[in-house]
Amino acid sequence: MGKTPRLMPRSFAHLSDEAVVAMLARSDESALAELYDRFGRAAYGLALRILRDEKLAEDAVQEGFLAAWRNADRFIPERGRASTWLLTLVHRRAVDLVRREGRRRAEPLRESFEPAPSESAEDDAWLRIERERVQWALKKLPDQQREALELAYYGGFTQSELAERLGEPVGTIKSRMFTGLARLRELLGEPRPGEAAWKPTPNTT
Amino acid sequence: MEADAQHDLTAAYALDALEPEEARRYEAHLARCERCQGELAELSESASTLAYATDAPAPPPELRSRILAQARGERANVVPLRPRWAKPLVAVAALAACVALGLGLWASSLSNKLDRREAEIKRQQRVAQILAEPGSRKISFSRGTLVVGRSGDGALVLNKLAPPGADRTYEAWVADQGAPQPAGLFEGGKAVAVPLDRPVPQGATVMVTEEKAGGAASPTQTPFVIVRNASQS
Repeated sequence: MGKTPRLMPRSFAHLSDEAVVAMLARSDESALAELYDRFGRAAYGLALRILRDEKLAEDAVQEGFLAAWRNADRFIPERGRASTWLLTLVHRRAVDLVRREGRRRAEPLRESFEPAPSESAEDDAWLRIERERVQWALKKLPDQQREALELAYYGGFTQSELAERLGEPVGTIKSRMFTGLARLRELLGEPRPGEAAWKPTPNTT
Repeated sequence: MEADAQHDLTAAYALDALEPEEARRYEAHLARCERCQGELAELSESASTLAYATDAPAPPPELRSRILAQARGERANVVPLRPRWAKPLVAVAALAACVALGLGLWASSLSNKLDRREAEIKRQQRVAQILAEPGSRKISFSRGTLVVGRSGDGALVLNKLAPPGADRTYEAWVADQGAPQPAGLFEGGKAVAVPLDRPVPQGATVMVTEEKAGGAASPTQTPFVIVRNASQS
């Protein structure tokens, strides 16, 4: 069967996130589209969780992606992943908005959204697995650490507000946040029980 | 003293949980503190994983076009959406080590395309089925997740796998006590969902190697995915 290269290359699908941001810094609109296709849904989910208002969530996502567009040349791959950088930009916009609107809420989001079908079943599977993985790790945190992380990250509360709200010294809140994030990192990074060591046997050739 | 107080703010900064004035002071400190830069990178990464814990609908489709339209309006010499992407690609690849993923174009004959597309849709449906099965087991590892249904049907969901080299393919294997047995060929992509051709018994190990096109009868390369179907806490 003769192999011919595809006439219309599809996209940046096989580039790393960091490479896509490098393209973004060159004002490449396709790179922005690709970045949105990779993270738009997670970004919107995050913004909606913080803002609980679809219009405001869209604004936060839009501002976050445009901040990425404007500042892509300042992204330093050695300092962290592109996904972290982008989600941080969106998170910051969402938190700014929620503070401005004075609509911070502590309760977890109860209404269950009907997840809209996305174009790719694979992406859905991937997001779903990521979600389960992070939720699993969050559940393993001690309650007070989880509470501090959730109120700060999803609730938009500052550490001083949290201290007041929970009736604890700011130092206690700081250390819960620190320990919670560090532990979360361990939980998400540690090899799971299923991850076995395996070496190829030399004589399989 | 003052520096110590600033170090302590790294986690709160990573969570965007500082008052504006505190944040400004911390940023001034961050600019000259390597320790905080390193710690912030780690803590921010772990904070941003929290974004994935939310369950939400897809954003409205207009949002994408709105963002693109505004971005276009902001810059004079935007590289337009469709054509001319091959050139910058090569340049960027040469430019940065972080661009390590393969740039090879997909090669496929036209006559193959439709068949493959159909086969791909069937694959996705199969994976979705296994995922949705009550009691299916999910074992996460660094590159993705192994899903095993109650009947032992398995699927691998991998994240961002560069396409295999020219005339190469990825091959999945299932090893249950004996030698690894071939369990299907597949290619790379942004997210890859691969139903396995062979059941995955409890305790068996699933592996992936890169092989010559057409696949091999037993692995000739070191697997880059190794995951065991064992219960997870």
